[in-house]
Amino acid sequence: MAAQAVEVPTRRLTLRDRLDLGSGFLPYYLVLPTVLVILAVAAYPILNSIWLSFLDNPLSPSANFIGFNNFAQLFRSNEFRTSIGTTFVFTIFSVALETIFGLGIALLINGTFPGRGLVRASILVPWAFPTVISAQIWYLMYNDRTGIVSYILQQIHLLPAGGTLLQSSSGIIIAAIITDVWKTTPFMALLLLAGLQVIPTEMYEAASVDGSTRFQQFWSITLPMLTGPLVIALLFRSLASLGVFDLLYILGGNQVQSMASYSYNYMFTRTNLDFASGVAASVVLFVFGLIISLLFVLLMRVTRR
Amino acid sequence: MAVREQVSLGAKARERTAEPGKGIPWGKIVRYFGVAFVVFVALAPLYWTLVTSVKSGLELNASPPTLFPQTFSFENFINDLSLSTFTHALINSAIIATITTILALVVGVLCAYAIARMKFHGKGVVLGITLSVTMIPLIAMVGPLFVLFTGVLPIYNTYVALIIPDLVVSLPITVWFMTSFFRDLPPDLEEAALVDGATRLRALWEVIVPITAPGVFAAAILSFIAVWNDFLFGLTLTTDERAQPVTVAVSRFAGEHTIPWGEIAAAAVIVTIPLVIVVLFLQRRIVSGLTAGAVKG
Repeated sequence: MAAQAVEVPTRRLTLRDRLDLGSGFLPYYLVLPTVLVILAVAAYPILNSIWLSFLDNPLSPSANFIGFNNFAQLFRSNEFRTSIGTTFVFTIFSVALETIFGLGIALLINGTFPGRGLVRASILVPWAFPTVISAQIWYLMYNDRTGIVSYILQQIHLLPAGGTLLQSSSGIIIAAIITDVWKTTPFMALLLLAGLQVIPTEMYEAASVDGSTRFQQFWSITLPMLTGPLVIALLFRSLASLGVFDLLYILGGNQVQSMASYSYNYMFTRTNLDFASGVAASVVLFVFGLIISLLFVLLMRVTRR
Repeated sequence: MAVREQVSLGAKARERTAEPGKGIPWGKIVRYFGVAFVVFVALAPLYWTLVTSVKSGLELNASPPTLFPQTFSFENFINDLSLSTFTHALINSAIIATITTILALVVGVLCAYAIARMKFHGKGVVLGITLSVTMIPLIAMVGPLFVLFTGVLPIYNTYVALIIPDLVVSLPITVWFMTSFFRDLPPDLEEAALVDGATRLRALWEVIVPITAPGVFAAAILSFIAVWNDFLFGLTLTTDERAQPVTVAVSRFAGEHTIPWGEIAAAAVIVTIPLVIVVLFLQRRIVSGLTAGAVKG
């Protein structure tokens, strides 16, 4: 390192001085591969996606630039607008339920009791299931004749005899929400549990001395201290839910599409001429995600104050 | 490590606050019922998968379904494993997930080390980039990759076609996980190595890596699971058993007249159980890995 520094020509010393914060150039070299890989494997495709969405037929070598035509067509299409509605209903309900249940579970398993490790391990099981496999297992359980979930729902008369959630569009969305809540609530719970565990216990002790109730402590200590992890968890879960694909690919068939499955269907299950429209739909999804991320950043600024 | 101390500290304090309640400990009873219910809901689908996988013939189509298997056979497993599309796909998934994980580790560990233990400009930018990548909907990357891999760069339906996009998923996990791990190490570790005349890189390989080996292993598991669970890239960037991952193969199981539930369940067991076992053993590390970024900010 020292030998290298001597060899650097004098006119570049200023740049070196500016970049060197005590570790030389080494940290830049160490970080470079990751930055390059990310630019290549993520930034390139997403930028290219935006470009392709302005073409009439990206799969043909003689594709023409047609401006916002694909987008104009998309927003005129009932099918696409329905997929937007489905995606947002799915996202809002699944994220809200996951947050509520996740917080409940986090509070429940925060503390010592015999078998705590085993409990934490078992609630991680749904998380380890590949999403598409869990969708198939739930599809089996939703089956009208042989599905256990349908059977239970029939017994308690939430479904008519021989009925299944999967026979209507709204039922399919509910089924997808249930499956998603089962699969991702553990993630939420563990994230919030980690947040709970860094709250200094002195705060609770002081509050107990002041004679505040458990509920008051929850509102005045736990919840405010959890906002950081909660907002981050909400952001992650919202973006992941907006991109929902695997669940509706299995449960939705051709009947119920999310924005991602609309994109997929147009890109890969129709003619070449529909490809651009599918890409444009995925770009719309990306832009929605961007907007939501920005809203969350604003929210974080506000809550930090 | 720091997390563990906080856990036990918090636990002791809570034990103290729980003591004063005399008579019937309603709080405890409610908690146990709650915990039991949560565990039941979490594990019930796993039970259902296992039960369905060992049922056979008529019992699979029994209505209402049988809660405990009346018949017990490994027929479904044998059928799956004699299916070349399935076994090939299993091997494909294992190879793709392993190579992607190794690549992500090699690249990501260096990056995380620099971020956690060195001073340089743009640290926040690098972390920001790796984080924001995880927010891009994967479907928005599929179109251009399909065009690229079927055109200029003809690697459609190969391992590389999946390893490249899978890095988008596994690299950020590795960087975030390892950064928080490196930060938890005492600062004088590599200084001791530096005194011995080792360069910083040698200090990294000879001192830091052995100590963080468990962390590296946990990062590898998280990355492996993320790649193993991929469905969208496999669905869109491969066509047949040459490169098709197992998630896609299972989704294509189809019978002539009915859906082969027994075989799907058996395949689900084969695909999921290794992950579940790893999760059970490494539960504590995986939890700290999953939550690393969120709590420390």
